Amino acid sequence: MTRPISRHLAGAGAVLVAGALVLTGCGGSGFADGPAAQDDAAADSLTSSDDPLSILIGSSGDAETDAVTEAVAAWSEESGVEAEVQVASDLPQQLSQGFAAGSPPDLFYLAPEAIAGYADNGSLQAYGDLLANKDDFYPSLVENFTVDDTFYCAPKDFSTLGLVINTQLWADAGLTDADVPTTWDELAAVAKTLTTDDQVGLSFGAEYQRVGTFMAQAGGGLVVDGAPVADSAGSVEGLEYVQSHLEDGTFAYAADVGAGWGGEALGKGLAAMVIEGNWVTGALTNDFPDVEYTVAELPAGPAGPGTLQFTNCWGMAADSPNQEAALSLVEHLTSTEQQLAFSEAFGPMPSIESAAADWTSANPDLTAFLDGAAYAQFPPNWAGATDVITDLNSQLESLKTGDVATILGTAQSNLEAIAE
Amino acid sequence: MSLLATPRDAGYRSGPDGARNGAGRGIRRGEAVAGWLFMLPVLVILGVFLLVPVLMALWVSFSDWSGRGSPLSSGVGFVGLDNYAAVTTGGGLAERDFGIALRNNAWYVLLVVPLQTALALFLAVLVNRAVLRGRGVFRTAFYFPSVTSSVAITVLWLFLFSTSGVVNTVLARVGIAGPNWFNDPSGVLHNLLGALGLRTGPDALTQHGFLGVTWWDWLAGPSVAMSAFVLMAIFTTSGTFMLLFLAGLQNIGPEVEEAAMVDGANAWQRFWRITLPQLRPTLFTVLTLGLIGCWQVFDQIYTGTQGGPGKTTLTPAYLSYQSAFLSQDWGQGAAIAFILFVIIVLLTILQRWILRERPDVPRRSRRGRPNPRPNPSGNPDRTTEADR
Repeated sequence: MTRPISRHLAGAGAVLVAGALVLTGCGGSGFADGPAAQDDAAADSLTSSDDPLSILIGSSGDAETDAVTEAVAAWSEESGVEAEVQVASDLPQQLSQGFAAGSPPDLFYLAPEAIAGYADNGSLQAYGDLLANKDDFYPSLVENFTVDDTFYCAPKDFSTLGLVINTQLWADAGLTDADVPTTWDELAAVAKTLTTDDQVGLSFGAEYQRVGTFMAQAGGGLVVDGAPVADSAGSVEGLEYVQSHLEDGTFAYAADVGAGWGGEALGKGLAAMVIEGNWVTGALTNDFPDVEYTVAELPAGPAGPGTLQFTNCWGMAADSPNQEAALSLVEHLTSTEQQLAFSEAFGPMPSIESAAADWTSANPDLTAFLDGAAYAQFPPNWAGATDVITDLNSQLESLKTGDVATILGTAQSNLEAIAE
Repeated sequence: MSLLATPRDAGYRSGPDGARNGAGRGIRRGEAVAGWLFMLPVLVILGVFLLVPVLMALWVSFSDWSGRGSPLSSGVGFVGLDNYAAVTTGGGLAERDFGIALRNNAWYVLLVVPLQTALALFLAVLVNRAVLRGRGVFRTAFYFPSVTSSVAITVLWLFLFSTSGVVNTVLARVGIAGPNWFNDPSGVLHNLLGALGLRTGPDALTQHGFLGVTWWDWLAGPSVAMSAFVLMAIFTTSGTFMLLFLAGLQNIGPEVEEAAMVDGANAWQRFWRITLPQLRPTLFTVLTLGLIGCWQVFDQIYTGTQGGPGKTTLTPAYLSYQSAFLSQDWGQGAAIAFILFVIIVLLTILQRWILRERPDVPRRSRRGRPNPRPNPSGNPDRTTEADR
């Protein structure tokens, strides 16, 4: 049975190779005629045409999809340019496919960790300096989306991390509003008071995106002022503080108490306090409507207050045929009025300072999140930073038994390897 | 290259029927054109959807394509083996990630391939027994996981193996505190050694390594999270391979078995000496398919853990996707895919060499008399002696 088959296979292989040569011949020329390669990313002139706009978003749920769709439809009616919102099931993959095929969406959600990669290969149109409301954005958010001194895209909104407290468990432990921790020592004390057989005092995900707040509070971080400081004394002190309390059981990772993330740990009563961002409000309302909570600023460490901020921007494709209309749409979507509407619909905070007062009066219980914006750090946005953070996170999972200096030393050398 | 040569020496050399090569002359002249015409649709489809993408990916792995526009456009340069070097000798994060992914997947293969093959064979033998009532029901039941979408099964598995899931509840009933399955990055072998009091490896293992991963970490074994995936793979694929074995078993005539019974062989001897040798072609198919499938494991990782916890479920296939689509390192992603391809091909050749038809002189001398009939598996190893 072997011989005839192997001969047939050999024959088929030869035919395939021959066919492929023919096919690549014609396929190749077709591809080579593709998109005009490598536009100048920093070009001032935007393209303009009658083409409809396509907008690709990675939505957190129906509330966000509906809000964005409505806002875009309103702009469409006003401007007369057709625009369609699509929800991505896997945003990075769909974006990459769009760029490779030369037919990307005109506007899309873009995360800071992805911006350097797309900016480097010329996929993005930098339009930040053309925005009419450019000076209204928080400077730290602008820095998030600045690569090689070019302000690429408008931050669409942002979130910071705060200390979210389950008020019921707080009161059960005999604590009052006056006990809300403002220093590490106070945090350790209340966490100890709140830890019982069924619950831990403080819980958070096993990732830099939560644990990093302690590094910031001790004066460290991953990248501060453009320099990698992962193994600085402050970073080490922050992680050692976390490690010591993971050991004594008053802090615990969300996964270790059987929750997928901090919000779930809080909602299920597995943790009395968690470190989470603005998104926790929507999730708690949906999944645990009976749980009452308050939000406080994260306690200050030896080097003062510290938190992390997370944001996305409205990325614009270099290959978009109608960039002028896209710019006008971005200005509409980042306007004070529209951002306040988004905030009401699905939670994040407006990325512009002129909306702060209105947001505070609309969300008096959540001001701690907005207050954090004054001193928040953000994860590095260098090309390759995602891999470094993923690697750090994989080691943070075993922080309890790990060696802090080794973990941070690895992160530091990885950061130095990609440093700009 | 002796690996390549050996199977042929052992009986795969083409025989004397090479004379048929001459077909296509004379009265049958037009048949070739008709044949090509009939094959054209398949050739075009295979070419466009298989061969051209593979060749383009091969080009990308040697290029500095950054993911924008066509990889064949003029702005894309040839960088030789740079992408391959980055993941194998770069010394950076890319190399270590690749090392970790290979480590994880090697353990996965090492566990899944033998276990699923053994289980599939066991199930096939059970279902093949004539006396079994309701054979059809069992066949369907065992095959069912294979026809279910792997995404659905992965989600099911995430529920079953969650911290407070069914598996841990059952384990708790019998007094075992179950692990935090999909969140536990600790290696199973390390845990076993740890239980024996060996928590840090000797310097000889921890100071040296391969692909940025120390030998001690290579020996960590699959993580607890990966073990859950191992169980899932065995559960889902053994049904498919059971069908292959079943087909193989039904091709075996009952005479040889009866002859062995007459000779006084018991059931165990008959299975090892009669049934299993005759299943060798099927065994080769099952092992090869299993090997390939296991090295390419992707969808479970993509839906389930995305490489976590602690990168212990990262596999080369997922790493390739991650490098390309998430980190925009398209060249490295393609390079990983082709290294994986080479690994699979080499392992398949090795396995074919191990499972080769050996000249059956030793077998004959062991039994002290000739075989009752020519090799029943139908493989042409009779030609071996003539070839030599």
